Amino acid sequence: MTRLTVVDADRCVGCQLCMFACNRRFGEGGLAKSAIRVRSAGGFERGFVVVACRACPDPPCMKVCPVDALESRKGGGVVLKAGKCIGCHRCAEACPMHAIFWDDEANKPDICVHCGYCVNYCPHEVLAMKEVEQL
Amino acid sequence: MRLPTRVLMADLTSRRFTVEDRADLFQYYIGGAGVAISLLNEYCPKGADPLGSDNPIVFAVGPLVGLYPLASKTVAMFKSPLTGNLGESHAGGRSAVAIRSAGYGAIVIRGASASPVYLSIGDKGVQFRDASGIWGIASSVTTGRIIRELETGAGTRTIMRIGGAGERLVRYASVITETYRHFGRLGLGAVFGSKKLKAITISGDHAFEVSDRRLYRETYDDIYRRAVESPVMKKYHDIGTASNIMPLNLQKGLPTMNLKTTTSPEAENISGEKLAENYLGRRVACAHCPVACIHIAALREPYEKEPYFYKTTMIPYDYELIYALGSMLGVFDEKAMLHLIDDVEIWGLDAMSTGVVLSWATEAMEKGLIGQNDTLGLSFKWGDEPTYAKAVEYIVKQPNEFYTALARGVDHASKRYGGEDYALAFGGNEMPGYHTGPVSHVGYLTGSRHSHLDAAGYSIDQAALKDKLPDPKAAAAKLLKEEAWRQILSSLVVCFFARGIYDKDTVAKSLETAGHKVAPEALDDKGMEILREKNRFKEREGFKASELRIPGRVFETASPLGKIDEKYLRESVEEFYRLLYA
Repeated sequence: MTRLTVVDADRCVGCQLCMFACNRRFGEGGLAKSAIRVRSAGGFERGFVVVACRACPDPPCMKVCPVDALESRKGGGVVLKAGKCIGCHRCAEACPMHAIFWDDEANKPDICVHCGYCVNYCPHEVLAMKEVEQL
Repeated sequence: MRLPTRVLMADLTSRRFTVEDRADLFQYYIGGAGVAISLLNEYCPKGADPLGSDNPIVFAVGPLVGLYPLASKTVAMFKSPLTGNLGESHAGGRSAVAIRSAGYGAIVIRGASASPVYLSIGDKGVQFRDASGIWGIASSVTTGRIIRELETGAGTRTIMRIGGAGERLVRYASVITETYRHFGRLGLGAVFGSKKLKAITISGDHAFEVSDRRLYRETYDDIYRRAVESPVMKKYHDIGTASNIMPLNLQKGLPTMNLKTTTSPEAENISGEKLAENYLGRRVACAHCPVACIHIAALREPYEKEPYFYKTTMIPYDYELIYALGSMLGVFDEKAMLHLIDDVEIWGLDAMSTGVVLSWATEAMEKGLIGQNDTLGLSFKWGDEPTYAKAVEYIVKQPNEFYTALARGVDHASKRYGGEDYALAFGGNEMPGYHTGPVSHVGYLTGSRHSHLDAAGYSIDQAALKDKLPDPKAAAAKLLKEEAWRQILSSLVVCFFARGIYDKDTVAKSLETAGHKVAPEALDDKGMEILREKNRFKEREGFKASELRIPGRVFETASPLGKIDEKYLRESVEEFYRLLYA
């Protein structure tokens, strides 16, 4: 199974097309539900940080969910069972990458499903879908 | 809700705000420039002091922002303290997406604060924050860094701010956003300063509905594909706008040393190619733009007195900056030019106006109209960057009458000291970097912003290098058509670099998915109507086309199409206004 990978953040120009793409999966414009985020590394002069789920083989977010709304995804990461989720934010707090974002309207986490849609819209080869490599 | 129709009204005097739904305006005028001119007409009283509390600041975005690539711009409108009539300036960065994500189609700022203030804007409205602790910070960069730490929204927010030039009311002070983008022209920074408004940060998390999800994705993919495959876009990505230096220098259309000449053997030093080879450190993009035209030089230099101690400064460069602070001032040493760009950025001045003001001052000094008693001992010489850097500081601080005059623009300074024949401004706005032939100048004279971006007259000139120059009337008709169409682009609001991608059908189709139905053939009339509204505002504030001053230098220095004929310009200008109201 492949996962979304940040291959080279130094190539990132901060255009945020990946963020818009992620949100577009829901048939909307804007950035409200995006599960990938690009921000500057403390000002545009310092370049950009791409914050994305790394599909942990042993995900800390899943361990803290009190209602088992997060299930293990084959190939790493988690799948959200939205019906079970009570919106407690613990998963977001547990992620050391801060890669779980929040949909305030639905009061549910925005979690990357590693579909690779954003990769198609990265014009600068920052993102790719790759097999998980273990050290 | 589909169209961004909510208008946030913030009053700095009373520190209150309201939100109004102005679907009426957005339905008719689309957004951006169209809505901004309507709001300006509504809220700017006739004869308002541009630096008084009456002058409103309008920011407007459009229905394509946040939906489609390259719809990345915010339009600002205000009464210009430089020209005394229409002030219009566009900027990208993250401003446009941030405004719409906060839930607004436009923001109107009225009144003036008694003490320094900055605004934090989100979907719940405005927080008026005390800025007395950051007032007086001369650097626009430092101001941005401080607010970045104080406020939330990292990654999606915009931080608009002024530097020392805005605080000191230099009539061509800019507003800087995301460090490298600007509401550069016509003095929005001074309007901020006059209201004691140091900065505005905006962020939000709104989603934007579309009318047809499938059609939206299809239209998106079509625009995206054309954007990344377009050779024009590749040019802006690779070398950037600075790629124009060499061709213009070769054609002899690059204004050099106050347009005494149009070419220099040294121009290669400051060309896009050389800068890319030796200094390009990073390219960045506005939100939702795959092109990333923003080119930033990394200038690594040692501290003079300490071995092995270096600093690296990241300095943005573009064609117009290189023209204004390079060739126009005879600064052909690329490091010196980058230093000067950096200074102008930090103080928060418009680079084009600053360069033209200083190039006039240099020639006025050569001709003995001003002396060292005026300049506080500075001796302006072509290429002498350290002296120009000191002069930039004096323009901001205005320690005497001479620098106070320079801070009001080249029109004002030349009226006071003479040298109007080589004071290169049109309608009060300092000249852009194209002396390509007569049509570029007709464009500066007639364009609603007196800018090369109004109607791209230079491209008609450049086409005439291979073909025939249109007669004055035909040139006027072409310019008018282009400028009217650009009102549509700047109502969506799409970056002008994407004008080849957003043709009429694409605009109509993308607008439809955004919830705005309009027939492609109706767009031309709408664009013309917006342009007329802008010109009516100018005329209301005293602009008269028949009184436009044309600096004699324009006729003395040959363009690539030969010497420019005054009769051609006058006839073409007259025809432009006749057609506009026909």
